[in-house]
Parts: sequence; structure tokens; C-alpha cells
Amino acid sequence: MPESTQDTNLPYAIRAYSAERLRDALKKMYLVRKFEEGAEDSYMRGLIHGTMHLSIGQEASAIGSTMGLTDEDKITSTHRGHGHCVGKGADLGKMFAEFFGKETGYCKGRGGSMHIADPSKGNLGANGIVGGGLPIAVGAALSAKRLGTGAVTVCFFGDGANNEGAFHEALNMAAVWKLPVVFVCENNKYGMSTSTERSTAVKNIAERAAAYAMPGVTVDGNDFSAVTEAVDAAVARARAGDGPSLVENVTYRWRGHSKSDRNRYRTKDEINEWMGRDPIPAMAKLLMDHHIVTEDDVAAIEAEAEGIIKDAIEFATSGPDPKVEEVIRDVYTPEATA
Amino acid sequence: MNAQNKPELRELSYAEAIREAMDIALEDDPSVLLMGEDIGVYGGAFQVTGDLVDKYGTDRVLDTPISELGGAGVAVGAALTGLKPIFEFQFSDFAALAMEQIVNQAAKVRFMLGGSVSVPLVMRFPAGSGTGAAAQHSQSIEAWLGHVPGLKVVQPSTPEDAKGLLLAAVADPDPVMIFEHKILYKMKGHVPEGYYTTPIGKAAVRRAGKDVTIVATSIMVHKAMETAEKLSADGIDAEVIDLRTVRPMDRDTVLDSVRKTGRLVCVYEGVKTLGVGAEISAMVAESDAFDFLDAPIVRLGGAECPIPYNPELEKAVVPQVPDISAAVRDVVQGRV
Ligand SMILES: Cc1ncc(C[n+]2csc(CCOP(=O)(O)OP(=O)(O)O)c2C)c(N)n1
Ligand SMILES: [Mg+2]
Repeated sequence: MPESTQDTNLPYAIRAYSAERLRDALKKMYLVRKFEEGAEDSYMRGLIHGTMHLSIGQEASAIGSTMGLTDEDKITSTHRGHGHCVGKGADLGKMFAEFFGKETGYCKGRGGSMHIADPSKGNLGANGIVGGGLPIAVGAALSAKRLGTGAVTVCFFGDGANNEGAFHEALNMAAVWKLPVVFVCENNKYGMSTSTERSTAVKNIAERAAAYAMPGVTVDGNDFSAVTEAVDAAVARARAGDGPSLVENVTYRWRGHSKSDRNRYRTKDEINEWMGRDPIPAMAKLLMDHHIVTEDDVAAIEAEAEGIIKDAIEFATSGPDPKVEEVIRDVYTPEATA
Repeated sequence: MNAQNKPELRELSYAEAIREAMDIALEDDPSVLLMGEDIGVYGGAFQVTGDLVDKYGTDRVLDTPISELGGAGVAVGAALTGLKPIFEFQFSDFAALAMEQIVNQAAKVRFMLGGSVSVPLVMRFPAGSGTGAAAQHSQSIEAWLGHVPGLKVVQPSTPEDAKGLLLAAVADPDPVMIFEHKILYKMKGHVPEGYYTTPIGKAAVRRAGKDVTIVATSIMVHKAMETAEKLSADGIDAEVIDLRTVRPMDRDTVLDSVRKTGRLVCVYEGVKTLGVGAEISAMVAESDAFDFLDAPIVRLGGAECPIPYNPELEKAVVPQVPDISAAVRDVVQGRV
């Protein structure tokens, strides 16, 4: 949760969070980047099978949106969810172990990249189904309200997901029942190859909020402070019992949609332009400008993240494989089938 | 399947064969259009539509938003009113989002309206495991749709049939659901040039044999063929039937074979329980072919769990050649 408030001329994040929290946020952004670079490298070397969806370029959205959450708060995530996991405090070793299909992974090797979850930290999981998490987030918010836990649910989804029926049904119920949920759209301009211009009737996804009588804002999703300001306000509103909001973080994925993307639907210039708006150096600059870190500190934080990733890969590769005999173990709850 | 012996025959991959069928359908009939997610400039998640958008334009190779329920429903409505949509699901698993339109609308509208309308709709479903895409991107759900009167459900196992069944589906006045196995997309085989159809509802005997009948679907046909070749070295002569159509099922081909061999093993990738093999077995058990059985019927299907991510687990939950081989030996040698 945001901690302090001082000079209103300062950017929101600088006002709201301690130096320690901000340094930690920068570290997490590096962790997401280096986790995904490590995953990509492992994939190229044939150590990982399947596919993966990298969020490189979108780190400010993931880490900024989870900044104000506690372990009691919930998130639902997407196929592009590594950043959300890290934001919610996931262990990088267990994430890599899942990638490598190990018994020591978050899903014991059953789920892979698209299903990483950590219910102990309020992370209800990535999802292989576009839009699958939207009504689930509303359900988590219903629980919080009925059980009086005070928890808020942040529901991540992409611009593409806003054209699924589940999006519209979920937002409507959340609004009708005034539930403590924040819908965070990570608008990276494309659902796979299809641009929002070609798929979506409104210009900004946030305009959809009006149809469900909730506030909707569009922010620069590569600006950490702008993201935290918008999401924290929506979380505060949800906590106060005033119902759901929609926040749209406009951002960009640098990599292809998945490992099979020929990038034929967008230009090199567009990709390069967005690569020039890297959210991580922008965050480092924000912290340096406000004397929270020095250039040396930034280098040290980056090196620390690199070390964590190295250890995580080591933990993951040395872990045991799941046992084939146990494959159906978790289909049902043991007590129920006994 | 025996193109290796005839090098002069033209070979295409399964994906290319499907693309060629769609190309012919688009060329021949202006009412045909392709619909689906990322089938245009992207070429489809598995590059099956490929460059067809360059030839036919974005009006006839129509990228939909990520809206499976709506997209399927639009296809149903278009099929009711003069168009012939070929609708691609990015993965067969996403049919779950569109079940309303497939099951309650497309399958039933002709019947409910007393036969006054038809729904000439084709849906294509990339299906099956083996890609490491885990539980929500690897299912074999042909039995779900095979359970619905009003739908026809096919599972081509070769490039030749992939083209022929698609063209038969386009020519069919009723909704036809085509399950394409993702692992087969790159498989090459002989594909005749030009227009032809492969009959819906007709199985193919891929290998004649006298000791045991193996009825297989989709990718399992290839595993069954491999098994049969291996077993022939040990003097076991298996007949392999490629079911090709799940609904309506080819009763005659299966029963004739069982009457001849007296033994039946069903091999399919979908979950074993309540799957395609249950229907094949029941068909035999309810007929006179039952009297010809010398051994209990054996089914090999997917394990009773979602498809796991770990590659070893993923392999373990669907029948593999050694599993089929062991089962066939047991049946033939009276160990069941
Ligand atoms: C129901 C469903 N339809 C289609 C897909 C295939 N698919 C996976 S991600 C994706 C694009 C999603 O776009 P968006 O929501 O904008 O998220 P992004 O990938 O851009 O992060 C598609 C079409 C899916 N997984 N689930
Ligand atoms: Mg997107």
C-alpha cells in the first residue's frame, strides 16, 4: 500500500513510496526483463518446449500495477504474465523450474509458462484462455466482499481480451454488485497480429468503462509513476467499497506474440520507436532524478537481479522431474475421491 | 500414404493440402469466405491459411477480433443467409467458448425449423497434444461434438484426406467440424491435384490384416501403422482402419473387419472414458460382429487428466507405439 505523502509537485510514485520500495520496484523490473531473456535463451537452446509469451517492454505496467497490493490482495493474470508473477512476489527459481517442467516448479511441471500461479501470494494464475481470468477476478472480489477480507483483486487482461464476451459480462457484474476489483488492461496495441484499430470499435479500451458505469482512465503504461498513480487510486476506491474501475496501460511488446511470430503486421520503425521508450531506464532515471539511487546503485541493482536469475536457473535445472506414475494425482482433491 | 513408392506423385504437407482446398473453394464459389483469428496477414497460428489473404483480400479472409462465441455465431448467421463460411478456431480448445453457437444454434436450427433452412458451415479445429502447450491448448474434443446430432465430425489423418474432407465439408449443406491434428500439419504425403472430395462417413482400411482390427483416429492412425509394421515381423497381422469420420460413423467397414479378424483394439487420443472408442466398441457389441470376437475389446485413449506441460508426462498421457504394441499382443495372444 502507498505509504507517505509529501510535496505534490513530485511524481506520484516518489511521493507515495519509500526509497526502499522504489528500489525494490526497479529490481523487480530488471528481474522480469532478465527472467524473460533467460527464458528466451533457454528456449533457443532447446531446454524448454512449448511456446512462451514475453512481456519485454511492458515491465512498468506489471510492476506498477502490483505496487500497492498486499499478499492478501489477489490478481488474475494472462498468457503474458511473468511480470505479474514477479510483481506479486513470486520466487524466480520456482518460476524457472515450472518452465523446465520440474516437480519443483510452481505447478509441479504440469502447467508451464502459461499457467504459473502462486495462490499463497494472492496470485490466482496466468491463463491460457484469453479473457479467462476476467470473471474469475470478479468472483475473487465477490469472495472478498462476502467474507469481509478487505482484499482487492487486480485483473490483468490484454487489449485483445476486451472483445471477448467474458470481458463485458465480468465488468457488468462487478459494477452491478459494486465489487472491489480493478480491471487493468495492458494495451500493447495488438492481439497477436490484429491491431486494436482492426478489432475494437472504440479508440481507447478505457472508453468501455462508461458502458458499465465505472471510472476508466488511459495512462502511459511505460511510465511507472503514472501506472501506480492510476492503479493505486482505483485500488483505494475498491477498498473503500466504491466499486470497480478500469485502468488502461498503453504499452508495447517488443518481441513477437509468441515463438511463431513473423512480425508481418507491424513495422520495424514502430518496434524501434517503442524500444526507445524502454520503461526500465525511464524508471532508473526517475529514481536518480529524485536522488533515490545513484548510477552506481542502478548498476548494482541490475547486477543483483542478474545474480538472482542465475541462481534461479541453477535451482530450476537441478530440480527433480515429475514422476510419470503421479500424473493424474491432482485431477481431484484426495479427500473427495477417497 | 504410400507415396514413397511412387516418386512421381506430388507431395504436399497436411497444412498445404488444407490451404489448397480452401484456395479451390474460394476460387470456385464466391459465397465461400474464411473467418478466424489472425488468419490474414499472420497466416493463421499454424500457418494454414498462409498467404491466401494476398490472393482473396481481407473481405474473404476475414480476421475476427478475439471473439469466439460471437465469431462462431456470425458464421452461423452468414451460413443461414447465403454465405459458406470456413471458420478457423486458433486451437480446438477454444471451441469451449463457442459451444453455444455450435451446439445450440448451428447443430439444431435446421431441425428446430422443421427442415426449412440449412447451415452450410465448416469449422476447423487444430487439435491434439505434443506441442508443449499444456492443458488449455492440447485437447482432443471430437467426442464432445460427436455427441451432437446435427453436426458432422471428421478427423483427417493424411494430407490427401485433409484436402478431400475439407472440400466435401464445403459441399455439404450441414455443419461439418474438422479436427486437424497440429502434429500432422508438417507431415507430407501425396495429394491429388484439383478438385476432389473424400466422402464424409467413410472409413479407410489403411492396412489389410487377418489377426486383429485396430481402429484408430487422426494421428493415432500413424502410430497404429507403425505398430502394425513392427508386429508383422513377429507374425501378427493387424488390419488398420482409419475411422476418418466420428459422426456419422462408418459401421460397415468396422464391423466387416471385426467379423474377419475376431479382435478389436481402438486407439484414439481423446480421453478414454466416454470417448470415440466407447462408441466403436458399443457398435460392435450391439451387432452380430460380437459373435465373431475371440477376445475382449480393448480401448487405448488419453489418460483421465488434462494434458500436462512436462514433455515426458505429455507423452505418457496419450497412447504411444509401445502401448499399442503391448495391447495388440495381449489381445492376439489371449492375455486380456
Ligand atoms: C479464447 C482464446 N482465444 C484465442 C487465444 C489465442 N491467443 C492467445 S494470446 C492471443 C492474443 C491476445 O491479445 P491480448 O489480449 O491483446 O494480449 P497480448 O498477447 O497482446 O498480451 C490470442 C489470440 C487464446 N489463448 N484464447
Ligand atoms: Mg495485446
